Amino acid sequence: MTGVLPVTLEESRRIVQALLFSGKEYVCLMKLHGETTEERVSEVLKEFEDIIYQRPPLRASVKRQLRTRRIYYIDFLEMDGRNVLFKVGCEGGTYIRKLCYDIGEVLGCGAHMQELRRTRAGPFVEDGDIVTLHDVAYWFMEWQQQKDEKILRKFIQPMERALALVPKIYIRDSAVDAICHGANLTAPGILSLETGINAGSMVAVFTLKDEAVALARAVTSTEEILNVVHGIVAKTERVLMPRGTYPKCWKSGET
Amino acid sequence: MPRSVVPWEITRKLLVKAEDKTNPRYGHKPEERPAEEYIRYGVINLDKPAGPTSHEVAAWVKRILNLQQVGHGGTLVA
Repeated sequence: MTGVLPVTLEESRRIVQALLFSGKEYVCLMKLHGETTEERVSEVLKEFEDIIYQRPPLRASVKRQLRTRRIYYIDFLEMDGRNVLFKVGCEGGTYIRKLCYDIGEVLGCGAHMQELRRTRAGPFVEDGDIVTLHDVAYWFMEWQQQKDEKILRKFIQPMERALALVPKIYIRDSAVDAICHGANLTAPGILSLETGINAGSMVAVFTLKDEAVALARAVTSTEEILNVVHGIVAKTERVLMPRGTYPKCWKSGET
Repeated sequence: MPRSVVPWEITRKLLVKAEDKTNPRYGHKPEERPAEEYIRYGVINLDKPAGPTSHEVAAWVKRILNLQQVGHGGTLVA
Protein backbone atom coordinates (compact mmCIF):
# COMPACT_ATOMS: atom_id res chain seq x y z
CA MET A 1 0.00 0.00 0.00
CA THR A 2 1.48 3.26 -1.14
CA GLY A 3 0.36 6.77 -1.93
CA VAL A 4 -1.24 9.81 -0.35
CA LEU A 5 -0.81 9.83 3.43
CA PRO A 6 -1.43 13.19 5.08
CA VAL A 7 0.87 13.51 8.09
CA THR A 8 -0.05 15.96 10.83
CA LEU A 9 2.66 17.75 12.79
CA GLU A 10 2.15 18.61 16.48
CA GLU A 11 -0.91 20.88 16.84
CA SER A 12 -2.38 20.02 13.45
CA ARG A 13 -3.28 16.54 14.78
CA ARG A 14 -6.60 18.13 15.72
CA ILE A 15 -7.71 18.14 12.09
CA VAL A 16 -7.28 14.36 11.70
CA GLN A 17 -11.01 13.77 12.24
CA ALA A 18 -11.77 15.96 9.23
CA LEU A 19 -9.43 13.81 7.12
CA LEU A 20 -10.66 10.45 8.44
CA PHE A 21 -14.19 11.05 7.21
CA SER A 22 -13.13 12.59 3.93
CA GLY A 23 -13.42 10.73 0.63
CA LYS A 24 -10.59 8.65 -0.77
CA GLU A 25 -9.52 7.53 -4.20
CA TYR A 26 -7.44 4.43 -4.89
CA VAL A 27 -5.92 2.67 -7.85
CA CYS A 28 -6.18 -1.04 -7.10
CA LEU A 29 -4.64 -4.12 -8.65
CA MET A 30 -6.97 -7.05 -8.11
CA LYS A 31 -6.03 -10.68 -8.76
CA LEU A 32 -8.78 -12.98 -10.00
CA HIS A 33 -8.81 -16.65 -8.96
CA GLY A 34 -10.26 -17.90 -12.26
CA GLU A 35 -10.89 -17.00 -15.87
CA THR A 36 -13.49 -14.44 -16.90
CA THR A 37 -14.00 -11.80 -19.57
CA GLU A 38 -13.20 -8.10 -19.54
CA GLU A 39 -16.86 -7.31 -20.26
CA ARG A 40 -18.02 -9.32 -17.25
CA VAL A 41 -15.44 -7.64 -14.96
CA SER A 42 -16.34 -4.08 -15.94
CA GLU A 43 -20.03 -4.97 -15.65
CA VAL A 44 -19.60 -6.29 -12.09
CA LEU A 45 -17.40 -3.31 -11.10
CA LYS A 46 -20.23 -0.97 -12.11
CA GLU A 47 -22.63 -2.89 -9.85
CA PHE A 48 -20.55 -1.76 -6.89
CA GLU A 49 -20.97 1.91 -7.79
CA ASP A 50 -23.55 2.30 -5.04
CA ILE A 51 -24.00 2.24 -1.28
CA ILE A 52 -22.40 -1.02 -0.19
CA TYR A 53 -22.46 -3.01 3.04
CA GLN A 54 -19.18 -3.95 4.67
CA ARG A 55 -18.25 -5.69 7.87
CA PRO A 56 -14.78 -4.54 8.97
CA PRO A 57 -12.18 -7.32 8.63
CA LEU A 58 -10.84 -9.33 11.61
CA ARG A 59 -7.77 -7.15 11.81
CA ALA A 60 -9.49 -3.80 11.99
CA SER A 61 -9.21 -0.81 14.28
CA VAL A 62 -12.99 -0.33 14.55
CA LYS A 63 -15.93 -2.29 15.96
CA ARG A 64 -16.82 -5.16 13.66
CA GLN A 65 -20.41 -4.34 12.89
CA LEU A 66 -22.02 -4.18 9.47
CA ARG A 67 -21.85 -0.64 8.11
CA THR A 68 -22.55 1.11 4.84
CA ARG A 69 -20.09 2.98 2.67
CA ARG A 70 -20.69 4.87 -0.54
CA ILE A 71 -18.70 4.03 -3.63
CA TYR A 72 -18.78 7.23 -5.69
CA TYR A 73 -17.31 5.59 -8.76
CA ILE A 74 -15.40 2.54 -9.94
CA ASP A 75 -13.62 2.88 -13.25
CA PHE A 76 -12.22 -0.19 -14.97
CA LEU A 77 -8.73 0.63 -16.27
CA GLU A 78 -7.01 -2.48 -17.60
CA MET A 79 -7.04 -6.26 -17.55
CA ASP A 80 -4.20 -8.65 -18.27
CA GLY A 81 -5.02 -12.32 -17.72
CA ARG A 82 -6.13 -12.53 -14.11
CA ASN A 83 -4.87 -9.08 -13.17
CA VAL A 84 -7.47 -6.31 -13.08
CA LEU A 85 -6.60 -2.66 -12.57
CA PHE A 86 -9.35 -0.28 -11.47
CA LYS A 87 -9.79 3.14 -9.90
CA VAL A 88 -12.26 3.65 -7.07
CA GLY A 89 -13.55 6.81 -5.40
CA CYS A 90 -15.16 6.02 -2.06
CA GLU A 91 -16.18 7.28 1.34
CA GLY A 92 -13.56 7.30 4.11
CA GLY A 93 -13.39 3.93 5.91
CA THR A 94 -14.15 1.74 2.90
CA TYR A 95 -12.13 -1.48 3.00
CA ILE A 96 -10.74 -2.06 -0.47
CA ARG A 97 -9.44 -5.53 0.40
CA LYS A 98 -13.02 -6.44 1.35
CA LEU A 99 -14.33 -4.80 -1.81
CA CYS A 100 -12.03 -6.96 -3.96
CA TYR A 101 -13.16 -10.09 -2.12
CA ASP A 102 -16.81 -9.18 -2.69
CA ILE A 103 -16.21 -8.39 -6.38
CA GLY A 104 -14.64 -11.86 -6.66
CA GLU A 105 -17.71 -13.44 -5.07
CA VAL A 106 -20.06 -11.73 -7.52
CA LEU A 107 -17.83 -12.74 -10.43
CA GLY A 108 -17.97 -16.29 -9.13
CA CYS A 109 -14.27 -16.97 -9.53
CA GLY A 110 -13.06 -15.24 -6.37
CA ALA A 111 -10.49 -12.43 -6.17
CA HIS A 112 -8.12 -10.70 -3.80
CA MET A 113 -6.42 -7.34 -3.55
CA GLN A 114 -2.88 -7.52 -4.88
CA GLU A 115 -1.67 -3.93 -4.66
CA LEU A 116 -3.14 -0.62 -3.63
CA ARG A 117 -2.16 2.98 -4.19
CA ARG A 118 -4.08 5.83 -2.61
CA THR A 119 -4.38 8.67 -5.11
CA ARG A 120 -6.49 10.97 -2.94
CA ALA A 121 -7.28 11.58 0.74
CA GLY A 122 -9.82 14.39 1.03
CA PRO A 123 -8.20 17.48 -0.54
CA PHE A 124 -4.76 15.85 -0.86
CA VAL A 125 -3.90 14.37 -4.24
CA GLU A 126 -0.88 12.80 -5.84
CA ASP A 127 0.29 15.76 -7.85
CA GLY A 128 1.50 19.16 -6.73
CA ASP A 129 2.59 19.20 -3.11
CA ILE A 130 3.13 15.47 -2.47
CA VAL A 131 6.60 14.62 -1.11
CA THR A 132 8.53 11.46 -0.31
CA LEU A 133 10.28 10.69 2.98
CA HIS A 134 13.54 11.45 1.20
CA ASP A 135 12.23 14.89 0.20
CA VAL A 136 11.25 15.55 3.81
CA ALA A 137 14.71 14.61 5.11
CA TYR A 138 16.45 16.61 2.39
CA TRP A 139 14.36 19.79 2.65
CA PHE A 140 14.50 19.76 6.44
CA MET A 141 18.29 19.62 6.34
CA GLU A 142 18.32 22.47 3.79
CA TRP A 143 16.00 24.47 6.04
CA GLN A 144 18.26 23.96 9.07
CA GLN A 145 21.26 25.20 7.13
CA GLN A 146 19.71 28.11 5.26
CA LYS A 147 16.82 29.13 7.53
CA ASP A 148 14.90 30.25 4.47
CA GLU A 149 11.16 29.86 5.12
CA LYS A 150 10.53 29.23 1.43
CA ILE A 151 12.15 25.83 1.96
CA LEU A 152 9.65 24.92 4.69
CA ARG A 153 6.78 25.67 2.35
CA LYS A 154 8.21 23.21 -0.17
CA PHE A 155 7.27 20.23 2.00
CA ILE A 156 4.96 21.47 4.77
CA GLN A 157 1.48 22.89 4.17
CA PRO A 158 -0.53 24.90 6.70
CA MET A 159 -3.22 22.77 8.42
CA GLU A 160 -5.84 24.91 6.66
CA ARG A 161 -4.87 23.06 3.48
CA ALA A 162 -6.42 19.91 4.98
CA LEU A 163 -9.75 21.68 5.41
CA ALA A 164 -10.13 22.72 1.77
CA LEU A 165 -13.22 20.56 1.23
CA VAL A 166 -14.96 21.41 4.52
CA PRO A 167 -17.52 24.24 4.16
CA LYS A 168 -16.32 27.39 5.87
CA ILE A 169 -17.83 30.08 8.06
CA TYR A 170 -15.81 33.31 8.36
CA ILE A 171 -16.12 35.21 11.61
CA ARG A 172 -15.26 38.59 13.14
CA ASP A 173 -11.99 39.10 15.02
CA SER A 174 -14.12 39.85 18.08
CA ALA A 175 -15.72 36.39 17.98
CA VAL A 176 -12.45 34.43 17.69
CA ASP A 177 -11.26 34.18 21.28
CA ALA A 178 -14.62 33.02 22.65
CA ILE A 179 -14.53 30.13 20.14
CA CYS A 180 -10.95 29.38 21.21
CA HIS A 181 -12.30 29.02 24.75
CA GLY A 182 -14.87 26.49 23.50
CA ALA A 183 -17.92 28.73 23.07
CA ASN A 184 -20.39 27.87 20.34
CA LEU A 185 -20.64 30.08 17.28
CA THR A 186 -23.53 32.54 17.37
CA ALA A 187 -25.08 34.49 14.51
CA PRO A 188 -23.71 38.00 15.24
CA GLY A 189 -20.11 36.80 14.89
CA ILE A 190 -20.60 35.60 11.32
CA LEU A 191 -19.37 37.59 8.33
CA SER A 192 -19.70 35.14 5.46
CA LEU A 193 -20.25 31.47 4.80
CA GLU A 194 -20.15 28.90 2.06
CA THR A 195 -23.10 27.25 0.35
CA GLY A 196 -24.01 23.64 1.00
CA ILE A 197 -24.09 23.68 4.80
CA ASN A 198 -26.91 21.65 6.36
CA ALA A 199 -27.95 20.88 9.93
CA GLY A 200 -25.35 18.42 11.20
CA SER A 201 -22.66 19.30 8.61
CA MET A 202 -19.11 19.62 9.81
CA VAL A 203 -17.97 23.20 9.21
CA ALA A 204 -14.62 24.96 9.58
CA VAL A 205 -14.67 28.29 11.40
CA PHE A 206 -12.16 30.68 9.82
CA THR A 207 -10.87 34.21 10.44
CA LEU A 208 -10.68 36.86 7.72
CA LYS A 209 -6.95 36.05 7.56
CA ASP A 210 -7.90 32.54 6.43
CA GLU A 211 -6.75 30.95 9.69
CA ALA A 212 -8.66 27.96 11.02
CA VAL A 213 -10.21 28.67 14.44
CA ALA A 214 -12.21 25.49 15.05
CA LEU A 215 -14.15 22.59 13.60
CA ALA A 216 -17.84 22.83 14.44
CA ARG A 217 -21.16 21.10 13.77
CA ALA A 218 -23.71 23.30 11.99
CA VAL A 219 -27.08 23.55 13.70
CA THR A 220 -28.85 24.68 10.54
CA SER A 221 -28.41 25.38 6.83
CA THR A 222 -26.48 28.05 4.91
CA GLU A 223 -29.75 29.78 3.97
CA GLU A 224 -31.00 29.86 7.57
CA ILE A 225 -27.66 31.06 8.93
CA LEU A 226 -27.73 33.97 6.47
CA ASN A 227 -31.06 35.11 7.88
CA VAL A 228 -30.83 34.56 11.62
CA VAL A 229 -29.71 37.50 13.78
CA HIS A 230 -29.07 35.73 17.08
CA GLY A 231 -28.65 32.29 18.58
CA ILE A 232 -26.22 29.41 18.14
CA VAL A 233 -25.55 28.43 14.53
CA ALA A 234 -22.72 25.92 15.04
CA LYS A 235 -21.51 23.88 17.99
CA THR A 236 -17.78 23.97 18.49
CA GLU A 237 -16.27 20.47 18.42
CA ARG A 238 -12.54 20.92 18.07
CA VAL A 239 -10.65 24.12 18.77
CA LEU A 240 -7.67 24.56 16.44
CA MET A 241 -6.32 27.98 17.41
CA PRO A 242 -4.62 28.66 20.75
CA ARG A 243 -6.41 30.92 23.22
CA GLY A 244 -5.23 34.49 23.31
CA THR A 245 -4.27 34.67 19.63
CA TYR A 246 -7.00 37.30 19.25
CA PRO A 247 -8.05 39.67 22.05
CA LYS A 248 -10.75 38.63 24.49
CA CYS A 249 -13.88 40.60 23.57
CA TRP A 250 -16.42 38.98 25.82
CA LYS A 251 -17.34 39.62 29.44
CA SER A 252 -17.07 36.74 31.87
CA GLY A 253 -20.47 35.31 32.71
CA GLU A 254 -21.67 35.80 29.18
CA THR A 255 -20.49 32.52 27.75
CA MET B 1 -27.77 4.28 -10.32
CA PRO B 2 -26.79 7.90 -11.10
CA ARG B 3 -23.27 8.86 -10.18
CA SER B 4 -23.60 10.42 -6.73
CA VAL B 5 -22.05 13.72 -5.78
CA VAL B 6 -18.34 13.23 -5.23
CA PRO B 7 -17.18 15.37 -2.27
CA TRP B 8 -14.15 16.77 -4.07
CA GLU B 9 -16.24 17.87 -7.06
CA ILE B 10 -18.57 20.07 -5.01
CA THR B 11 -18.11 23.76 -5.76
CA ARG B 12 -19.11 26.20 -3.06
CA LYS B 13 -19.95 29.87 -3.25
CA LEU B 14 -19.16 32.36 -0.51
CA LEU B 15 -22.19 34.33 0.69
CA VAL B 16 -21.66 37.54 2.64
CA LYS B 17 -23.75 38.24 5.73
CA ALA B 18 -21.90 41.26 7.17
CA GLU B 19 -18.79 43.32 6.41
CA ASP B 20 -15.85 43.81 8.74
CA LYS B 21 -12.06 44.14 8.69
CA THR B 22 -9.43 42.10 10.46
CA ASN B 23 -6.82 43.70 12.70
CA PRO B 24 -3.28 42.94 11.40
CA ARG B 25 -2.00 43.00 15.00
CA TYR B 26 -3.52 39.60 15.77
CA GLY B 27 -2.88 36.25 14.14
CA HIS B 28 -1.17 35.56 10.81
CA LYS B 29 -2.19 34.41 7.39
CA PRO B 30 -1.36 30.67 7.45
CA GLU B 31 1.48 31.04 4.94
CA GLU B 32 2.96 33.94 6.93
CA ARG B 33 3.21 32.16 10.28
CA PRO B 34 6.64 32.36 11.92
CA ALA B 35 8.67 29.24 11.03
CA GLU B 36 8.32 27.41 14.33
CA GLU B 37 4.56 27.98 14.40
CA TYR B 38 4.30 27.12 10.70
CA ILE B 39 5.78 23.68 11.45
CA ARG B 40 3.64 23.08 14.56
CA TYR B 41 0.48 23.86 12.58
CA GLY B 42 1.62 22.05 9.47
CA VAL B 43 0.69 18.97 7.50
CA ILE B 44 2.75 17.00 5.01
CA ASN B 45 1.18 15.42 1.96
CA LEU B 46 3.40 12.35 2.11
CA ASP B 47 3.82 9.70 -0.55
CA LYS B 48 3.81 6.59 1.61
CA PRO B 49 6.37 4.02 0.44
CA ALA B 50 5.52 0.31 0.24
CA GLY B 51 6.56 -1.76 3.24
CA PRO B 52 6.36 0.21 6.47
CA THR B 53 2.96 0.85 8.10
CA SER B 54 1.44 4.36 8.17
CA HIS B 55 2.31 4.41 11.84
CA GLU B 56 5.97 3.65 11.18
CA VAL B 57 6.09 6.27 8.44
CA ALA B 58 4.64 8.89 10.81
CA ALA B 59 7.24 7.88 13.42
CA TRP B 60 10.02 8.42 10.86
CA VAL B 61 8.73 11.91 10.04
CA LYS B 62 8.65 12.63 13.75
CA ARG B 63 12.29 11.59 14.10
CA ILE B 64 13.47 13.43 10.98
CA LEU B 65 11.81 16.69 12.06
CA ASN B 66 12.60 16.13 15.74
CA LEU B 67 9.02 16.70 16.89
CA GLN B 68 6.95 15.44 19.82
CA GLN B 69 3.66 14.54 18.17
CA VAL B 70 3.14 13.37 14.63
CA GLY B 71 -0.03 11.69 13.45
CA HIS B 72 -1.48 10.57 10.15
CA GLY B 73 -4.78 10.94 8.37
CA GLY B 74 -6.11 7.48 9.05
CA THR B 75 -4.76 4.01 8.57
CA LEU B 76 -4.31 3.28 4.90
CA VAL B 77 -7.11 0.74 5.11
CA ALA B 78 -7.04 -2.23 2.81
